[in-house]
Amino acid sequence: MTTPAIDSTHRPIAPRLDGGTLSWPWLIAGALFVLFWQYGQPLAKWAFDYPRAWQVPAQRWISNAMKWLLDSASFGLFTFTDLTRFIARLIDLPYQFALSLLSTGFLSGQGSSAVEVLPPLSWVAVIVIVTLMGYHAGGRKLALLVAVCFGFLAVFGQWNSSMVTLASILVAAPLGVAGGLLLGILAYRYPRFERALTPLLDLMQTIPVFAYLVPILFMFGFGPTAAVVATLIYAMPPMTRITVLALRSVPSEILDLGKMIGCTRRQMTWRILVPSAKDSLMVGVNQVIMLSLNMVIIASMIGAGGLGFDVLAALRRLDIGAGLEAGMAIVALAVALDRLSQAYAIKAGSEGAAVRTGNFLQRHPYTFAALAIVIVTGVVGLAVPALQHYPESLEVSTGGFFDEVVRWINVNFFDTLEGLKNLVLLNVLVPLKRLLGGFPWLGVTLLLAFAGWRLGGIRLAALVGALCLLIAATGQWEKATITVYLCGISVIFASLIGIPIGIACAERTRLWRWMQVVIDTLQTLPSFVYLMPAVMLFRVGDFTALIAIVAYAVAPAIRYTVLGLQKVDPRLIEAGQAMGCTPWQVLTKIKLKLALPEIMLGLNQTIMFALSMLVITALVGTRDLGQEVYIALTKADTGRGLVAGLAVAFIAIIADRLIAAGAARAKQRLGLV
Amino acid sequence: MFSRNRMTTTALGALALCATLSLTPAVAQDSTDPIKLTLHDWTGQLITTQIMGEVLKKAGNNVEYVQADYLAQFAGLESGDLHVAMEMWETTGRDAMDAATATGKVENFGATGMKAKEEWWYPEYMKEKCPGLPNWEALKDEKCAEAFSTAETAPKGRYLGGPVTWGGFDDERVEALDLPFEVIHAGTDAALFAELESAYQRQAPILLWIYAPHWSTAKYKGEWVEFPEYTKECYTDPAWGSNPDMAYDCGKPFGEIWKVGWVGVKDKWPDAYNAIKAFTIDNDEMGQMITKVDLDGKKIEDVVAEWMGANEPRWSQWIKK
Repeated sequence: MTTPAIDSTHRPIAPRLDGGTLSWPWLIAGALFVLFWQYGQPLAKWAFDYPRAWQVPAQRWISNAMKWLLDSASFGLFTFTDLTRFIARLIDLPYQFALSLLSTGFLSGQGSSAVEVLPPLSWVAVIVIVTLMGYHAGGRKLALLVAVCFGFLAVFGQWNSSMVTLASILVAAPLGVAGGLLLGILAYRYPRFERALTPLLDLMQTIPVFAYLVPILFMFGFGPTAAVVATLIYAMPPMTRITVLALRSVPSEILDLGKMIGCTRRQMTWRILVPSAKDSLMVGVNQVIMLSLNMVIIASMIGAGGLGFDVLAALRRLDIGAGLEAGMAIVALAVALDRLSQAYAIKAGSEGAAVRTGNFLQRHPYTFAALAIVIVTGVVGLAVPALQHYPESLEVSTGGFFDEVVRWINVNFFDTLEGLKNLVLLNVLVPLKRLLGGFPWLGVTLLLAFAGWRLGGIRLAALVGALCLLIAATGQWEKATITVYLCGISVIFASLIGIPIGIACAERTRLWRWMQVVIDTLQTLPSFVYLMPAVMLFRVGDFTALIAIVAYAVAPAIRYTVLGLQKVDPRLIEAGQAMGCTPWQVLTKIKLKLALPEIMLGLNQTIMFALSMLVITALVGTRDLGQEVYIALTKADTGRGLVAGLAVAFIAIIADRLIAAGAARAKQRLGLV
Repeated sequence: MFSRNRMTTTALGALALCATLSLTPAVAQDSTDPIKLTLHDWTGQLITTQIMGEVLKKAGNNVEYVQADYLAQFAGLESGDLHVAMEMWETTGRDAMDAATATGKVENFGATGMKAKEEWWYPEYMKEKCPGLPNWEALKDEKCAEAFSTAETAPKGRYLGGPVTWGGFDDERVEALDLPFEVIHAGTDAALFAELESAYQRQAPILLWIYAPHWSTAKYKGEWVEFPEYTKECYTDPAWGSNPDMAYDCGKPFGEIWKVGWVGVKDKWPDAYNAIKAFTIDNDEMGQMITKVDLDGKKIEDVVAEWMGANEPRWSQWIKK
């Protein structure tokens, strides 16, 4: 990137207040663009199709650089590959421990000649421990929820795979939290480090994982370790960002206190800053866990096994029911871990320094109860196998039920659905695709740069223009327009569905609680699970991709709308009502206007979510950047994958920066800043 | 009680270990490190791999199964993190395999004996609407093509090809043979079979890329389109075949299914290396086993054990020193 990205809290805001609404400069720019687009082709053909001769051979450069890094890069005493392999072995240690504890048991020897020295935790023990944790953190209700979630895993025969997945989460999440925390603290302390880190974080979050999977496999070896590394890259950035924000918002009184009592720098960080920012930090922990679970499918493709593998294998033999069961097991794990971590966050926030009395046992009743359970079930489990392994005869399965449901819909409603699909496809999708495909790259670049200038000033304009130019210069323009078309239309649909639902949920607590479960499910259920039934009903192609993207991207649209509406100052609403506003007027003139910045943020997240689905939709035959990344993965072409991945990241960054600048302006206009 | 049980387990383990060791002749110099065989996500491959694994276990080798993606696994095979991949299809994996063997770190362990067949395929009930099938020339008939059409492709027929990454030259084939069809690419083979399942449930028209050995040919009744038989010249020489100006005016090639692996296997586990090279199985055997698992709902382990029981003379030849 050419211009250092600016942190959102310190974004310079142009003093003009007219931007955002239609005004003369916008109209003129728009008219120029249309003129150029309609009549420019004969004059400047190069502005429509980027000439091949000008292309930057970035793919080759990246591939060569990677080759050098893997084959010949050396630090004198050891090579680069030695270093990465060493890191891989370090990560492997805790992973093997967690895996032994939860799934395989402790073994001596390797492979098929291994002998079990100690059995793994029995299913009873694991359920009791998590239930105790639930009770400890959030009382009886949470204990019940967690027990039900884990019980689901055992009853539906998903126990073994779930424990393999849980083991990798138990390694990836703490590493992600620790790494994110350290980077965040460094960024907080050294502004220069932060400036260098921010664009890197943007890239880590927006480049599709498939794009850097190949180099990771070469560096860290094939297997769960590489999966953990990939998960870390993807799940760490939010933790880093939240850490910086949380540390910044520690009240200055507390900092002053720390200085007065003469804290050293280290004490200041670990004794003052981190504990006072604990609440916000726990939000980061929660994010890391959720994002790690999002990676389960991809991790299973590179040897992590577990639930992701079950989902893939089930859908390969078109067993929709089995795929759904494995997918729901991922959701159950996600919900249990999420609610547990949230409860601990609240508990950590409310709990003061309680006076602990009594002996060791009285002070740690939960730990002891858990230990006792482990030992008792372990010993009894040797005699009673049902206690160690959940008996197969008691397992429940939906069997062919869901296959039958899909078959029924398919046989009875296919023609109706096909008609609906053709309506949308022929009237909306195809024309839009043609329209976007015909735009000149130069015109789009200039128009976006203009938008950047109007919304955020000259630096934003330069950034946006440079990123657009890079997409064109690496030969990705055509695929990028298809990407923008597919994601754009999905974002519009997701907003049209999500924002009204958000409005409906904002004031109805009970409805909102149910909706949260739905959103969590949509976010953690691997999209592969519903992608295959969607293919059965709508065939392969853009429409099926659209459904998958909307289903995933609708979640943030709902969430942020609710958040924004709930934050509106009730006094303003009362004032509106006192002035005789109808409920409709209160909603449109007061609430929605004041919630606009949050809704814009929701839009931003909707776009990010939509972009992150691209690689998945490549699996139903789209022809966008996601497909390019996927092809590169299957051909193990590092350069090609990373170039396409970077193009996706650039689109994301352009959208993010423009929307953030727009939201900042809106806030300013509304007097919220 | 706890400690006593522990001891018995350990003792049993040690006994088992001695038993396996004594079975292995002293001349064996195979490493005791586990040989890592990769498992992918389709049944046939799981069966092939587990048969190989069980045979190697009988020979006293230490075996470990690792789940890996079909194409992503090459990164692991090159670095020696993974050792053996039992099914690499000529038709879909050739490019990746060639790229990997070119590095000198991956070796082709020879053919499995199974032949991959890939071709255009239609369900039997489509014969009524398009009576000339399976002869490919029937597809040239406009009425026949229209029977296969959808709103997006009409009046042309719709042919659902494999993922772009599979290659297959279907776009070229359609042009060379002048077929009134449009090629739509599925993104994955799961999507491919989802469409087939959907169409078959409704007895609706569909023409798509099917490969064998696979459960679909056992589950759905249908036939392959018969194109002019593939020859090497057809793909390279435009003059060959019915269209004098274009190549690809013929069917798809049949291909071997190869065994590939890390180049170091030969030195580290010489006996296992020979056994892996000796392994063969044929399409019919495999087709039956796949059907047992995917359609009759048997467990893979049981089907493999059944095969092991029935074919002892065969596999003991592979591991003969």
